[in-house]
Amino acid sequence: MANQSRKIPIQHIVGFALSITLTLLAAWTALRSSLPVMWIIIAILTMAVLQAAIQLFMFMHITERGAGHAPWNMMFHAAVIAVILVAGSLFTMSFGFHYDNGGGDSQPEQQQEQHQN
Amino acid sequence: MSTEESNAKPLEYRTESGELGIVGFWIFLAAEIALFGTLFATYAVLFGRTADSPLPSDLFEPGSVLIMTFILLISSFTCGIAIHEMRRGSVKGLVIWLAITLVLGLSFIGLEIHEFILYAHEGATLQSSAYWSAFFILAGTHGVHVTLGSGWAILLLIQFAQRGITSITSRKVFILGLYWHFLDVVWIFIFTGVYLIGMVI
Repeated sequence: MANQSRKIPIQHIVGFALSITLTLLAAWTALRSSLPVMWIIIAILTMAVLQAAIQLFMFMHITERGAGHAPWNMMFHAAVIAVILVAGSLFTMSFGFHYDNGGGDSQPEQQQEQHQN
Repeated sequence: MSTEESNAKPLEYRTESGELGIVGFWIFLAAEIALFGTLFATYAVLFGRTADSPLPSDLFEPGSVLIMTFILLISSFTCGIAIHEMRRGSVKGLVIWLAITLVLGLSFIGLEIHEFILYAHEGATLQSSAYWSAFFILAGTHGVHVTLGSGWAILLLIQFAQRGITSITSRKVFILGLYWHFLDVVWIFIFTGVYLIGMVI
């Protein structure tokens, strides 16, 4: 924002390069690395949050003074709502419950198997 | 006047209605995040409930999903450049970059439709299981948003050709830009939360 008339939008190019790198890194982590599944999920979700932040700060000018503090407030509170929605739903609906995928009759051993997958 | 302008706010913020319009759009985006939050929550809860239909790990392919992701990432970048050009006062730059964004957006929609048809042929449709319902509603809602955004961009391009850069048209393009970047943010989470996790588990 320092200079509107700057010819080359450095902020955008840096943001773009970072997003591409994070996307490739996330894809590599998910598909090629041999980390445990839980670590992969945590790693790629962290990278997604980072990439969303890059979009907000570098492309959407969230800190631009024109609209005051509203954008930042809106995004922060909406993100909190989204996290509560997803984590809360998973906690109430799925936590500790193991679905017997297509098995029909639920024998204890089968449920154990599901648990390990 | 010109030295004053370079220090002032960008054109789209200079009228009160422009400024309020942009603040209002941020409120709308917050509501959109809540909407997508509910869809992601539904998807997460129904994950694995595929019944007799194919598993997501059998259908998801890294190649096409990565291409879609890059198309949307690049379009978000070109859209940012379009806003940048608009603030430099270049109508030509704005129209060219916005047109590139539009083409990328349309090719994204094309790829997504192609993908959905492929899944449907493999037996994964909206009706086939709880998991696939949640998947198609989530990805489909995002696709509908991209479609609406593309229509919006076409209308704005027409208006720009007629009126040039004014405080009103610049506000409209800036808001379209916010919307477009927001769609990319949502896609990042679909790419990670749906496709990558679907391929890992």
